[in-house]
Amino acid sequence: MLPSPLALAEPFWRELTDGPLLFHLGMTTWRVVLSFALAMAIGTALGLMMGTRPGLDKWLDPWLVVFLNLPALVLIVLCYLWIGLNETAAIAAVVLNKIPNVATLVREGARTLSPDLKAMATVYRMRRIPYLRHVVLPQMGPVLTGAARSGIAVIWKIVLVVEFLGRSNGIGFQIHLYFQLFDVPMVLVYAFSFIALMLLIEALFLQPSERRVTAWRRA
Amino acid sequence: MIRVGIKRKDFGTLKVLEDVRFEVREGECLAILGPSGVGKSTLLRLVAGIDKDFEGNIERPERLAFVFQEPTLLPWRSAIDNLLLVHEGLTRDAALAMLVRTGIADKADVYPGQMSLGQQRRLALARAFAGQPELLILDEPFVSLDDATADQMLDLTADLLRDVRPAALLVTHDKREADRLATRMLQLSGKPASLGPVPQSFSGGRTYHSGRK
Repeated sequence: MLPSPLALAEPFWRELTDGPLLFHLGMTTWRVVLSFALAMAIGTALGLMMGTRPGLDKWLDPWLVVFLNLPALVLIVLCYLWIGLNETAAIAAVVLNKIPNVATLVREGARTLSPDLKAMATVYRMRRIPYLRHVVLPQMGPVLTGAARSGIAVIWKIVLVVEFLGRSNGIGFQIHLYFQLFDVPMVLVYAFSFIALMLLIEALFLQPSERRVTAWRRA
Repeated sequence: MIRVGIKRKDFGTLKVLEDVRFEVREGECLAILGPSGVGKSTLLRLVAGIDKDFEGNIERPERLAFVFQEPTLLPWRSAIDNLLLVHEGLTRDAALAMLVRTGIADKADVYPGQMSLGQQRRLALARAFAGQPELLILDEPFVSLDDATADQMLDLTADLLRDVRPAALLVTHDKREADRLATRMLQLSGKPASLGPVPQSFSGGRTYHSGRK
């Protein structure tokens, strides 16, 4: 039932060199990256607006609570039913699952933005884009990196479920295939391959980004 | 020149300011004195356009600068970036020249958090004057500084005011600051607060409409 790590080495190497491991890794990675980018962009914009505009926050807050508590599986099934068993539905399901988390985190961060720095930017007539880039985003840095790191961890798990239920490629699809064949080593090979890729992304991109945006604190 | 005509400013049911009217011309510095909590900072926020919720009219020039009670710098950007990011047209050479003028040229590339409070206040002053403001608002700009540093800052501010000649509005509790920088003084008092002459007890018999030293 639980093969030893050495027993996984041979099927891993076979799938990597002669099998479709890289193709399926690529498909899942593409879905994760696209979903992550869309969820972070939309969730950040929504969270910033809700955190700085009480009227909008009051109106949207019940919807945020609904989507936060809606099980991922329900959203995935509904997206496939309404949009169809296609790529758009798969990405939409993942993005809709993640947006509420990002928006909630960013909203809390936006509520703590410094009113003094806003006053300074108002007096000196800073334009909107420089203000967002140089005044707002650095204050939101810890929140955004937190949302990004938790986001990527959640998104790839949802992507696997989406692939498991309704796609014909990707790590989730392969896990579904080997689940039906009751092939535990191959399930583990595909699962661990993607976990390794996620650890690599964390080490190569997310952690350095976090270090860069918080460099001034350590100076 | 600025022309302020505030009929009233309320926070909910609390009336803060009523019938506050004054003008400040280019090269003048008006000091506004008054007890804590009377509404001095509220008045400055209205004049600067930070708070637009009031009855009345304020005519102000396009180029403003504000020296806040706290330095209010961008802690994640270097000292020189704090000037360049706020003033879009400012060249690096001009920013550096202003840092030289305010005595912190050697701090150009360090973060504000690595500077002393006095140096941060110099940087806030450099940021204010770097844009050649037509209206300069100073809200207790030397608070929390020791006497020697405050003296140096007063000299520096007086020199910069003389060179740039903005219409300046200064809020302070410190007689020495008002005496040194202001060409006129008014007292904000009452509930709701309005402007009037400064009582003799504050200035020690000094003539309030004196010229800047």
